[in-house]
Amino acid sequence: MQYAILCYNQEDVVGAWTKEEDDAVMARLMVVQTNLAKQGKLGPTARLLPTTSATTLRKTAGEPMVIDGPFAETKEQFLGFYVVNCDTLEEVIQIAKDLAIANPGVGSYEIRPVGVFFPHGAPQEAIDA
Amino acid sequence: MTDLDWIEAAITAARPQAVGALLRYFRDLDAAEEAFQEACLRALKSWPRNGPPRDAAAWLILVGRNSGVDAVRKQARLTALPDEAAISDLDDVEDGVVETLDADHYRDDVLRLLFICCHPDLPATQQIALALRIVSGLTVKQIARAFLVSEAAMEQRITRAKARIGAGDASFETPGPIERAERFEAVAAMLYLVFNEGYSGAADPARAGLADEAIRLSRLLLRLFKTEPEIMGLTALLLLQHARSAARFDAEGQVILLEDQDRSRWSRTMIAEGLALVDKAVRHQRPGVYQIQAAIAALHARAATPADTDWPQIDRLYAALEHMQPSPVVTLNRAVAVSKVAGPEKALALIEPLADRLANYFHFHGLRGGLLLQLNRQAEARTAFDRAIALAGTPAEAAHIRTHLDRILKETGLAAE
Repeated sequence: MQYAILCYNQEDVVGAWTKEEDDAVMARLMVVQTNLAKQGKLGPTARLLPTTSATTLRKTAGEPMVIDGPFAETKEQFLGFYVVNCDTLEEVIQIAKDLAIANPGVGSYEIRPVGVFFPHGAPQEAIDA
Repeated sequence: MTDLDWIEAAITAARPQAVGALLRYFRDLDAAEEAFQEACLRALKSWPRNGPPRDAAAWLILVGRNSGVDAVRKQARLTALPDEAAISDLDDVEDGVVETLDADHYRDDVLRLLFICCHPDLPATQQIALALRIVSGLTVKQIARAFLVSEAAMEQRITRAKARIGAGDASFETPGPIERAERFEAVAAMLYLVFNEGYSGAADPARAGLADEAIRLSRLLLRLFKTEPEIMGLTALLLLQHARSAARFDAEGQVILLEDQDRSRWSRTMIAEGLALVDKAVRHQRPGVYQIQAAIAALHARAATPADTDWPQIDRLYAALEHMQPSPVVTLNRAVAVSKVAGPEKALALIEPLADRLANYFHFHGLRGGLLLQLNRQAEARTAFDRAIALAGTPAEAAHIRTHLDRILKETGLAAE
């Protein structure tokens, strides 16, 4: 079963890390990721650029509105995600705990079961057709 | 990352907002800084034990405000002259629950804090030093090292700068649109200066970090004023220039010109963020000088090789910049694009009228020599390059011109045979 682990953190705090701190965090996270990938448990992962570079398209009754910035103003921002393949929620929680140890301080991980998943963006047979 | 590391990052992140808010309460920079220091000391004791607060800035503001009020009260008892103005808006301090701190003020607090560092009476170097001290929280020692002066000299410089702005009349009212626009302009110019200190001194580790710091503050400003196209432009410009930093110097520390850089060493992450911001800004259809410069940097960033550069578009953008902010240096930059699009003769005609005003400008003579060389006017080119070498500010600049001179000598030598 697939789960998405959505990473939320205070981006102004993350942005205040020195280059060395940032590199060290990324290196520790990479150990966790590589370990999961070797077990075949890790799907796509991504780190997103700051919310200042975000644009939001808001549907309205008429023409959709294009708005600068992220969809929601929150204390913690959506900064990246992992897709993992696990049998139980307990296992995913353990992975999130490992991520938290690799990247301590503030922040949260939201664990969401995946409903529909296309590793190549659409069903393979539709792409081939 | 140890406890201390993330606490430090959290304090650095919260600092502009917290000091900005405390300045609004106390209307005095020294009092605001002292209160913030006190709050940080308490944070260092409390956060490792109790975990990070949900809102570090609000925590620091509340604790700083209370400690500052204590200090004001103590002071009032000692001098027996209560300063009504200083405590008049502190009556509600006891019910200062975190949630009641007025979030709407925050963004103007940060803008004000940055703006007071841009006091027009202060020379550029003092504006930068002050911003690094007050807004970024760098130590005097760190700033002194970046500016290659003694700690004592920098301490004095910052104290003087503070006395200067202390006597000024920073407005604590919520600014109107025109006032806010003026503040953006001054702050953007100051942040660009901070960036430039880091960019031009990138070979020196004590200064290189200033470029990152300018980007951090620029992003912070954009997060607070997310629909301002010029702040998008400024942030994009800094990112797109900084993206090249790994490719800008050779092993000996000599500057490598844009067209000779190994583009695979440019930071794709910074370029991606910069390009997204340029595109966002363009949608607003309110062009400005930072947006145009960012758009020019974006065209360079998008070119896989120097030959792929969209020079006609760069020429048009420089023409727009020239119109918006006329300056001989902008015209000089435009001439580079003109030489690629319309040939060296047109470019030379564009810069000849600048000869008087740029008589002592290295790049003028360097570009002029290069154009003359393309037109096979070797003797004149040589005179221009000689002048350029005499004005070169760095060994790398001189070395670059010398390669041209060597080529002329070689070619004319062959011609004489």
